[in-house]
Amino acid sequence: MNFRIISALVMRYIFLYTRTPMRLVELVFWPMVDLLIWGYLTIYIKENTTGAFPAMISFLLGAMILWDVVFRAQQGVAVSFLEDVWTRNLLNIFVAPVRISEYLTATFAVGILRICVTVVIMCVVALLLYQFNVLVIGWPLMPFLANLLISGWALGMISTALILRWGQAAESLAWAVPFFIQPISAVFYPVGSIRPVWLQNVALAMPTTHVFEGMREVMQKGTFNWQSFSNACLLNLVFMAIAGWIFMSMLSLTKKRGLLTKFATQ
Amino acid sequence: MSTAAEVVLEVRDLTREFDGVTVLDKFSFTLRKGEVLGLLGANGAGKTTAMNMLLGLTTPSSGSITVFGKDLAKHRIEILKRVNFSSAYTALPGNLYVWQNLAVFARIYGVPNAKKKIDELLELLEIGDLRKRVTGQLSAGESTRLNLCKAMLNDPDLLLLDEPTASLDPDIADKVRKVIQRVQKERGIAILYTSHNMKDIEEVCSHLIFLHKGKVVAEGTPEDIVAKSQQSTLEDVFIKIARTGDIEE
Ligand SMILES: Nc1ncnc2c1ncn2[C@@H]1O[C@H](COP(=O)(O)OP(=O)(O)O)[C@@H](O)[C@H]1O
Ligand SMILES: [Mg+2]
Repeated sequence: MNFRIISALVMRYIFLYTRTPMRLVELVFWPMVDLLIWGYLTIYIKENTTGAFPAMISFLLGAMILWDVVFRAQQGVAVSFLEDVWTRNLLNIFVAPVRISEYLTATFAVGILRICVTVVIMCVVALLLYQFNVLVIGWPLMPFLANLLISGWALGMISTALILRWGQAAESLAWAVPFFIQPISAVFYPVGSIRPVWLQNVALAMPTTHVFEGMREVMQKGTFNWQSFSNACLLNLVFMAIAGWIFMSMLSLTKKRGLLTKFATQ
Repeated sequence: MSTAAEVVLEVRDLTREFDGVTVLDKFSFTLRKGEVLGLLGANGAGKTTAMNMLLGLTTPSSGSITVFGKDLAKHRIEILKRVNFSSAYTALPGNLYVWQNLAVFARIYGVPNAKKKIDELLELLEIGDLRKRVTGQLSAGESTRLNLCKAMLNDPDLLLLDEPTASLDPDIADKVRKVIQRVQKERGIAILYTSHNMKDIEEVCSHLIFLHKGKVVAEGTPEDIVAKSQQSTLEDVFIKIARTGDIEE
């Protein structure tokens, strides 16, 4: 892996975002909409219930912000690739001495940058509007956050693989990839709430599930569950390996069918 | 061309099938340092398919490609450092400034003194005034020349040009040809060139290969080929091959 090449590819996205500020709107707009809707809903429920329940429900906001990390990381990878497809630049990259690992790493880095922008904005707004400080959850959140980022990357590679295989027709499907696993990732509710019960086993195979279970524990009891954390790490490793393999297989299939150049120049 | 010159590209029995149809059939040739090989043939003859395989973008059905003495399939990244490509059908990202695009690729290729190199190339192609323009707003001619700048950033030893002058007016096409010739003479690089513009071919190419439905039907210097086919111009040879699939009656 060559750092110079990765930084060159990242530089391209920084140019892109500074050249076209409209791109930044997308990083801010949807998270804001989510935050407002969930925030208001939380306030409404809080004001109309009594007991310990409301305190817990304010964590919905936290869960929402954290799910956004997965989604943004996935988008960071997929959009970076699509950007090259849309601008007919893909061939220029593929005929340059850029290793696939370098290309993917650059898209991961773009994912991190996008998340930083989004998370900072959301945290500030959550604090200002709802006095909800994500940071009170403190440092135990960080290792979980890192896991979410990695899950997002893996999902992003799968999205990109879909586009490689089925072309731009698969674009809208590519956007939806994270939402295939959202219902079973126990984002807003514990795994125990998932029905039918056998689906809980599938849920436990998702790294994201362990992250959100672990995070709920951090938020509610203030304890860091090493079991959830190590499960998440392990499953993320498996996820990354599978996603990487799917991506490489699709790339190789595309080259075999001679389609890489076709959809890169259309 | 001296046959003692270093072999840059060696292609043996390169074959490609798509869905049972052979699009390129046992294509073999050798390209040496300082040579400009023109690849000609009607639309669909297999020229772009051949180029894509030489760049590792399309996997060959069979055959071997050796660049700088190394197997392309095994040493792709190493080889691509010394190769570049330009086509009328690719573009640089339209939303960036011209200088930004070139800066990105200069960094990818690890060009030393990138700013100076970029300025030199822009001047060479007479588009120095476009440096601060938005790439997507360039005319076809300007953007083709920008693509060529990108293709020369790393001082390639092998340059693959797929219809570089398509969509250029005769004046600009002439300028582009002159630049390619100049760079080629100065640095003695090897070029593989496809074009439907016979003037391009006659001026720039030292050798020609005519493809018809994936098969080589004629090979040699432009003069040899014209003489052999008993036609008066290369354009006539082209038309004859496109219609009859052969150089002789
Ligand atoms: N990915 C592909 N799948 C199926 N057929 C293809 C593909 N790419 C090229 N072809 C076919 O191969 C033939 C040669 O195409 P091409 O190499 O683009 O020709 P040229 O560049 O000489 O005009 C054409 O008949 C084209 O339809
Ligand atoms: Mg072609």
